Amino acid sequence: MAVFGTSGSRIGGGRGPSFGFRFFCYAVISVVLMFYDRRGGFLDTARYGLQAAIYPLQLAVNSPSAAWSWLEENFATREKLQAQVDQLRNELRSQQLVTLRQASLERENATLRGLNSALPDVIERRVVGEVISVELSNLRQRLLVNRGGTHGVYRGQPVITGDGVLGQVFRTGPFSSEIILITDAEHALPVQIVRSGVRTIALGTGRSTSLELPYVPKNYDVKVGDLLVTSGLGRVFPFGIPVARVTKVELVPTEPLAQIHAVPLAGIENDREVLFIWERPDHPAATASPEAIAVEPPAKAPVSPP
Amino acid sequence: MNLARREPRWAVFFTVLLALIAQVLPLPDWLSVVRPSFVVLVIIYWSIYSPHAGGIFAPWLAGLALDVFKGDVLAQNALAVSLVAYIAMSLHQRLRNQTLIQQSLFVFAMLTLNEFVVFAIEGWSGHTAASPWRWLTPMIGAMLWPFVALLAGRTHSKA
Repeated sequence: MAVFGTSGSRIGGGRGPSFGFRFFCYAVISVVLMFYDRRGGFLDTARYGLQAAIYPLQLAVNSPSAAWSWLEENFATREKLQAQVDQLRNELRSQQLVTLRQASLERENATLRGLNSALPDVIERRVVGEVISVELSNLRQRLLVNRGGTHGVYRGQPVITGDGVLGQVFRTGPFSSEIILITDAEHALPVQIVRSGVRTIALGTGRSTSLELPYVPKNYDVKVGDLLVTSGLGRVFPFGIPVARVTKVELVPTEPLAQIHAVPLAGIENDREVLFIWERPDHPAATASPEAIAVEPPAKAPVSPP
Repeated sequence: MNLARREPRWAVFFTVLLALIAQVLPLPDWLSVVRPSFVVLVIIYWSIYSPHAGGIFAPWLAGLALDVFKGDVLAQNALAVSLVAYIAMSLHQRLRNQTLIQQSLFVFAMLTLNEFVVFAIEGWSGHTAASPWRWLTPMIGAMLWPFVALLAGRTHSKA
């Protein structure tokens, strides 16, 4: 009797190796694949190709919801569209005012810093991507977006919306990319409180409306309503992009650390479009490189003026 | 005698594709946590009724597609699905003589095995991607088995 089943157990027979042997081969291939996938490296290229192979199926699977929103858009009533136009016009007007103020502020800032001209924006280039599918469970907070390697999207790239930080690119395919949201339980984001300058790390909780700041000592200056922005540390996000607003500061007498909760500003429930950004590499607000961090003297306390 | 020509390869391809779509179709949260592995159900069907049509390769490929789709560790589902296919193929002659209800028991065991293999690999790689409700899905899958088997049975003529 053969080790992996006899040929007698098969109909017909004489058609290549037995199921047992074939299963053994595939099992070995699987284990090797798993091992190398875990380690990263050349299999990333294979995955990149596989993402492209699977992309049409992903589009097909998500077409019902896409078709529904297309229908909804096309059969929107005139009043609804008019209301939307009015609202957008109002938004544009207030944004224009902000922009006007900002131009003069930038000039003022440049003078204060002793520069001849205002610095350009830290965001050099942006690409708009459309959300194909959304996965929001307490174990995974991920998006699939229709921009990938062929559009220059790379792993670890910051992704924002008009309201604030959304997440970063987790995996790319040629035509699509998977984005891990800042609310994913496996995501951590270095942040800074605008008002007090306290720097800490915001962890995802697995709920799309909540972030946790578990590493702030109780005597640090954090209040409900404080705005959190990216701190520029962590080498992913440039400095100063809004992240979240503090909603709860809990001081438990027996705990050395405060328990702080914040609600992220960017939501994907309302807008189906996201922005991939490229930052200007030599800009002062760009993400700190390891060398830049190393030459700084160690800070006495994480509290520093903004 | 050329048996290979009669193998319902296209039927295997399309049913597996359909199962794949059914498994990754976006559903409301409460529904998707109890969604059984349709791919495993369909693979068990073909392993019993036409073990040579897909061989081990089709289950393995279907599992790999599932891995890429879900963003899991590559080949974890591929290993689990091909293991289930192998066991079903080894027992296919005995299973064919059972009624669909009797087969459900086997299907339940296989779905549990599939979940367990995936669970073990997830534990090893440190990525947990499913809720505790996963241990309920084999039960639901076993209940759906007669329907899946009847539907899949219509795609080919049983010799």
